[in-house]
Amino acid sequence: MSNTVLSVENVHTFYGQIEALKGISLYVDSGEIVTLIGANGAGKSTTLNTISGLLSPKAGSIKLFDEVISGLPVHKVTAKGVVQVPEGRRIFPRMTVEENLNMGAFLRNKDAAGIKESMGRVFDLFPRLKERRTQKGGTLSGGEQQMLAMGRGIMAKPKLLMLDEPSMGLAPVVVETIFETIEKLNQEGTTILLVEQNAAMALSVAHRGYVLEVGSIALEGLGTELLHNEQVRKTYLGES
Amino acid sequence: MGGTKTASTPTNGSKGSTRSKTLLYVGLALLMIIVPVTFQAATGLGFLVRILVVVGIWVLLALGLNIVVGYAGLLDLGYIAFYAMGAYAGVLIGQSFSSVLGGATYWVMLVPAAIAGAVTGLALGFPVLRLRGDYLAIVTLGFGEIVRICLNNNIFGLTNGATGLPKGGDQLVPPFGAIWLQDHVRFDTPIGQFVFSQNLFWYFIVVLLCIIAIIVITRLDDSRLGRAWVAMRENEVAAAACGVNIMTQKLWAFSLGALSGGVAGVTFAYVQQFISPESFTFMESVFVVCIIVLGGMGSIRGVIVGALLIRGIPDLIQGLAVAGVLKLPGSAISMISGYRFLVFGLLMVIMMAVRPQGIIPSSRRARELRPDDERQLEEEDQTMWDVEHREQVSVHNP
Repeated sequence: MSNTVLSVENVHTFYGQIEALKGISLYVDSGEIVTLIGANGAGKSTTLNTISGLLSPKAGSIKLFDEVISGLPVHKVTAKGVVQVPEGRRIFPRMTVEENLNMGAFLRNKDAAGIKESMGRVFDLFPRLKERRTQKGGTLSGGEQQMLAMGRGIMAKPKLLMLDEPSMGLAPVVVETIFETIEKLNQEGTTILLVEQNAAMALSVAHRGYVLEVGSIALEGLGTELLHNEQVRKTYLGES
Repeated sequence: MGGTKTASTPTNGSKGSTRSKTLLYVGLALLMIIVPVTFQAATGLGFLVRILVVVGIWVLLALGLNIVVGYAGLLDLGYIAFYAMGAYAGVLIGQSFSSVLGGATYWVMLVPAAIAGAVTGLALGFPVLRLRGDYLAIVTLGFGEIVRICLNNNIFGLTNGATGLPKGGDQLVPPFGAIWLQDHVRFDTPIGQFVFSQNLFWYFIVVLLCIIAIIVITRLDDSRLGRAWVAMRENEVAAAACGVNIMTQKLWAFSLGALSGGVAGVTFAYVQQFISPESFTFMESVFVVCIIVLGGMGSIRGVIVGALLIRGIPDLIQGLAVAGVLKLPGSAISMISGYRFLVFGLLMVIMMAVRPQGIIPSSRRARELRPDDERQLEEEDQTMWDVEHREQVSVHNP
């Protein structure tokens, strides 16, 4: 019995005629943080969107444990336990923090006690959200919105949590907090697939990483390995 | 109006406010009974009851479209097609069975009319709901016209073309009790003779239908479906990521709205005793949208006020002029229905500048159109369609 949560095999995804993913293969084991790094347009978000069902691959397969999930629509993939925290903090701006979190538990409608427990867990991870529970999502700061988006993902009790660019547009201090929380979440047992522009940050928390270049995987390895890989340092960490 | 005013004065404490709320509702209910009865009794004002019936039907229509536009956030410019479907289904099926059903025809026909509306809604919804905003609006507009043109061209030999239904000589059976009440409930009052007219009878039916619709919609708004609609309207991608099945929720909104339109349609047909394609033009669709926009999207009270204004006022002026209360030259009377477009156009422009959220906006919607939210709205405009069709563009710029 394998402990592989997600396995992506030779996935090709197209935007119209453009082949955005040219045969991506990767896997995420239970309890891991795996990161996808790469430049703009390398296909990081496309990979996540393909896994989450926003896009469907033209070829290849995506499996959650031993079940094929490629080609399923988003809400079904979510129901299976693969939850995406979309890029750009897509919170519900006119719902309160609490309502936003409750939306995350949309599919757990028969589980009031469990939802309450999850809510408590989110508030433990992000005390700021607890302070602002009755505030509208749109009035939060960028960092708080990112926390809310992550909290909403946690509310779904995911088997795999996929974070798309959690550091996007945030102040460095806030990025630190977000990444600390990602590590903490993972230590509590959540398996995470992380897409990041901020390669240094991502590799420092990740167990393993994949480097994407124009739609295919150029490199893969342990987080620390990649962090010290010369090519990676040159291309993505801005060192000469 | 005195009753409503005293009832709505603010009182301290939650107990007091629920009491004043009850008083308000009781006051409103009394008003809704007393006003039409007074109109009916007063000599020469009976036509006002008729106007109230028409306004009521439009409240029902607007409540239905409000589900689609106000709750689910889908712009439908062909909504009148569902109204037409309900009306024609109710009349055609009703005529085939009226010998068996007799006075129950209207009541029984509510069912096929509602089904005709909902099924048409689904039939239109399935292929087009993947379209977004503007495209959806255009397709629904086209659909509305197709339905009208089909009716006009006597499709399948059923609709009798522009001459309308029922065919000459035939009549729609009035519902149980309407005739009996008209014949038996009449007495003299100081202001004139009160007759429980068919108009008054219809008034109460329409009010009943509206109350049922309001209760259903309020319950829906509080349900999981209602929450899913809000989420979907705020951010489609995020809603999907929460496990909301976007397509199903949209179809629910579309078919529930269409169902309400169908019920309004059959009621209209039996009130009017006559239907023709002329009643289901594009401008009628525009009117329903206007009612919602003017009243306040997603707000039940707003929709009612909107219908009263947009449907009630022109009819009222016309009615008063015809009755001779308002002295207008004959040519002006016939132009009132033309002038209303001018007036409403102006009203819309003024409203967009002064109060874009509508007269009585829903609390959530009120926040949507404030200028400081503009940046946010821009972000939200991205739908699943954008994600699926996005070219390889950079969206990572800090």
